[in-house]
Amino acid sequence: MRHEISILIIGLLAVLTTASVVATILSARAPKPLSSTLVNLTQRINAWWVMVALMTVAFFFGRYGMTILFALISFAALREFVTLTHTRRSDHWVLLGMFGIIIPFQYWLVWTAWYGLFVIFIPVYCFLLMPAITALHGDTERFLERIAAQQWAVMISVYCVSHVPALLTLEVPGFEGRTLLLIAFLIIVVQGSDVLQYIFGKLFGKHRFSPNVSPSKTWEGLIGGLVSASLLGALLSFVTPFSPLQAAAVAFVACSMGFLGGLVASAIKRDQGVKDWGHLIEGHGGMMDRTDSLVFAAPVFFHIVRYFWTV
Amino acid sequence: MNRLSLKTFTLLQTVTSVGLSALARMVTGVRPIWNGSLPSDRQRIYFANHTSHGDFILLSACLSESERAITHAVAAGEYWGKSRLRRFIAQDMLSSVLINRQWTRPEENPIEIMLSVLDQGHSLILFPEGTRNMTEEPLLAFRSGLYNLSTARPQVELIPCWIENMSRVLPKGQFLPVPLLCRVVFGAPVAIGPGEERRAFLERAHAALLALNPRPERDD
Repeated sequence: MRHEISILIIGLLAVLTTASVVATILSARAPKPLSSTLVNLTQRINAWWVMVALMTVAFFFGRYGMTILFALISFAALREFVTLTHTRRSDHWVLLGMFGIIIPFQYWLVWTAWYGLFVIFIPVYCFLLMPAITALHGDTERFLERIAAQQWAVMISVYCVSHVPALLTLEVPGFEGRTLLLIAFLIIVVQGSDVLQYIFGKLFGKHRFSPNVSPSKTWEGLIGGLVSASLLGALLSFVTPFSPLQAAAVAFVACSMGFLGGLVASAIKRDQGVKDWGHLIEGHGGMMDRTDSLVFAAPVFFHIVRYFWTV
Repeated sequence: MNRLSLKTFTLLQTVTSVGLSALARMVTGVRPIWNGSLPSDRQRIYFANHTSHGDFILLSACLSESERAITHAVAAGEYWGKSRLRRFIAQDMLSSVLINRQWTRPEENPIEIMLSVLDQGHSLILFPEGTRNMTEEPLLAFRSGLYNLSTARPQVELIPCWIENMSRVLPKGQFLPVPLLCRVVFGAPVAIGPGEERRAFLERAHAALLALNPRPERDD
């Protein structure tokens, strides 16, 4: 596994270095003051350096690192989500429970690989108990809206995100002890697809995909991004239990889900009247702005691998 | 006014202030939005909306270490002076200035106490609504303190500060904060006009603070 990880890290460093060099050259040649796109590009690349560094560190701590890192990502994402929704004073205990009980318990289930409860804890038990607590408080003002937003918040930012470290619990024959690489594959392919969609969209984008939801998404960006990300997946098949063709297909499905995740996140932001979820990551926005695609891709990727590749 | 002779921070106050600011940033990711004024070591009265005990912690977390060391929140003596523990927290840890709203003796006069702090070159954090706002109204009417201080010390800058979301993080009567993102919007200084009436000035300051609310429709 050490061999594969070295190749991935060298590859990522090469991509980031190229990106930084290109951005520096573009900025040096461009008329001053720099356009907001160029400033934002540089900020985004710099933030990528930090994110890749953090992921790499977490990687070296293996299961511990991944579980803690994604629990923290859930925390940041949930905080952004709940901040945007309508809450009332009587929701206080439910909100506290989301952060203080649901996040730790869900990640404990990941840690102990208790699959049966891991998949139903939030969609069944939290789904039923959170509105019950809210009803017990006796405050019915905008009740359905509040409980729906609460359920969505934990589904998106805790349940879906926790499927990334849960990949470590899968037992793929012939792939024992190397499941960390599944996480690397998923993240590189899905985040790579985001970047590739951005690049193809900026270079060739003409036809808007859904002007009402997200003005920046174009057909050219979508198709270019998905095709190139699937190729990237095939290229990375050596770190997975998949054949190159299978890897391309899995990458295609994951990245399509990722695209839909970005679309849904845009629709929520538009509905709430904000441009970004937050300001945690310079140039990108909040944690949810960076993970919206991963959130949608992770559960589907998890279940594809579980269904087709485990015994 | 010896009991209010303000020195630089004690070790306890420095540790408390650094610790609480770090905690506030961790829980709420608080960011200052300087919208009409800039960070400065100038003497100021920061006046803000008040919904939670956490308000002044959030506001001071947005100030620099050197500004924080000379900035004191004005707190209700009836509440924070009630027991020795509360007094210890308010004065020895948070370096707040306690005033009694139902004062009787002349040395308890809140305006005199606040002026004595200003006269030592220090800044104040003031909640002119006088109490935590638990109503559906976004901002209650202001009490006269702001006007009295401003007429007595016109050189002190009055900075309106809108504290967002804190009522949701730590509602009245709750002890544990819910982590939600918060912002503090610092507006342009409000100065008293020549011969401006008390009522007109207070209404103008009130409007200036209310205008900073970045998401008025969501204030619920």
